[in-house]
Amino acid sequence: MQSSALIMMLLTNLIVIGVAGYFFFKVYKTPLKDIDEDDANFPRGG
Amino acid sequence: MSSSKAEGWGSRVGLVLAMAGNAVGLGNFLRFPVQAVQNGGGAFIIPYLVCFLLMGLPLLFIEWSTGRFGGKHGDHSTPFILNNMARGSLWKYIGVFGIFTNLAVAAYYCYIESWTLSYVWHSIAGTFKGQTAEQVSQFFVDYVSLGTNQPIVFWVICLLLNTWILSRGLSGGVEIASKVAMPLLILFGVFLAVMGITLSAGQFGAVYDGTVGLNFLWTPNFKSILEPKVWLAAAGQVFFTLSVGMGSIQCYASYLKERDDVALNAMSAGWMNEFVEVVLGAAILIPIGVGYLGIDKIIEVTKSGGLGLGFRVFPYLFQQWGDVLAVIAGVAWFGLLFFAGITSSLAMGTPLMGFLRDEFGWSRETSAWTFGIATAILGLPTVLYFNQGVFDEYDFWAGTVSLVVFALVETIVFAWIFGINKGWAEINLGADMKVPVIFKYIILYVTPLILLFVFASNLVSDDGIIATISHKALKAQIAAATDSNTVKMLQDKMWYLNMSRLLLLGVFAAITALVYIAHRKRLREGWKHPLHK
Repeated sequence: MQSSALIMMLLTNLIVIGVAGYFFFKVYKTPLKDIDEDDANFPRGG
Repeated sequence: MSSSKAEGWGSRVGLVLAMAGNAVGLGNFLRFPVQAVQNGGGAFIIPYLVCFLLMGLPLLFIEWSTGRFGGKHGDHSTPFILNNMARGSLWKYIGVFGIFTNLAVAAYYCYIESWTLSYVWHSIAGTFKGQTAEQVSQFFVDYVSLGTNQPIVFWVICLLLNTWILSRGLSGGVEIASKVAMPLLILFGVFLAVMGITLSAGQFGAVYDGTVGLNFLWTPNFKSILEPKVWLAAAGQVFFTLSVGMGSIQCYASYLKERDDVALNAMSAGWMNEFVEVVLGAAILIPIGVGYLGIDKIIEVTKSGGLGLGFRVFPYLFQQWGDVLAVIAGVAWFGLLFFAGITSSLAMGTPLMGFLRDEFGWSRETSAWTFGIATAILGLPTVLYFNQGVFDEYDFWAGTVSLVVFALVETIVFAWIFGINKGWAEINLGADMKVPVIFKYIILYVTPLILLFVFASNLVSDDGIIATISHKALKAQIAAATDSNTVKMLQDKMWYLNMSRLLLLGVFAAITALVYIAHRKRLREGWKHPLHK
């Protein structure tokens, strides 16, 4: 591969994998909040 | 507003996978790589990522927070979500786009989804074994020409599967489907990416190394960044890849609790889509295609998109990998396309279901079946009259124009009518990450301008809205035709396209009427606008 193509590919992939992985890991580690007393009174349709 | 049991997400990971699944579709694997090679190769990633940051992410923030805001008031579809955000009777009718677009896109999208399921079956059954390249290509032509009843059978199976999963609700259906489909999609994608990247000339009948295709796709042509059409292509790709402007994100987000985070969720889902598109999608179609056909042939085959390469060529290429690997590769390729498709079509079903349940108290099962039947009726013309251009016509109006119009309006409503301060507070409410404050100004000024640029370009381009309304290309073909049979065929095609438009308009009008009926019902029940309380 040409070096310019290799650099573009590796740089882009590293950025995307890194950022996507970081945010997904943060989501994985932080669960949805439990409903509290105030929220219990809001209409929750479905 | 609703008499139905509470719906909700079972887990945060499930929600993010479902949202990512909504975004990840066939375009990640078939459209992005082709757009890249046609618009500057490796340099395309620069306008692409800029548009993702300035338009894609802002729209995700807007739609996630708007949806959660609507859910707070018991609303799970865009007509009354928008209605809650602004005074005046107009907004709930603008919100009709958020149901119409999903229904109209699902109508033809489920058909493509059924092709992928069918091709998984044919890969397992060895249908393509021993076939020449021309025979494999002709198989697809015969398939969509309804040479057998198989297309209808697989289409009905797809519709039933979607309906069944939707009838099980979010946590019991959509979330479980996403938790199965998304990891498998990524696994299949990684397998095919490794096969593509490591392909060697002479191995499995390949003429070129896989790296030749990678080189072709990633070599940057930096001069292309100066061309407006490249930025338009980048904006368009980011737009369509994230499934924004449809109303499905708002619907999914409306089942969050008031203080559940939207900022981190939106970022995660958005970047997961980018991982699938830029990392996996770019490593499959072009490297494998170029490895066997060469660059010139790939340029020719992909002139009208990646669908032809994906369905008419790839099954033949996989046969060169030996009997066992051909089956595995076929199942992996069409399997990942199927998972990408179904996670998107499931999202398309939820806005209509949310509306029917909220406004008329329908059960989950009845709402799901209503979506399934409506999709079947609306989609039948795209199946029966595929070769008459009905499919493409739906794709243009619902899958291209409608999205951009709604995204532009909802951005203006969020930033300028609901108000950017309220909107910004909504995005940051319960946020599990600090959203850079620059996004406040990007949403206010930059995103609407980019959307206006995309819309204006769609309006006036040679194959844009004005040209399409007037059948410019078709009339030119008729004028150039020299025999009466061709003229008759083209005139018939024009008739089918006009009928499709009438049908789509009729669907839009019907949903508008339902919104009006729902509004009158609300008033009779004593509903008060949140802004008037």
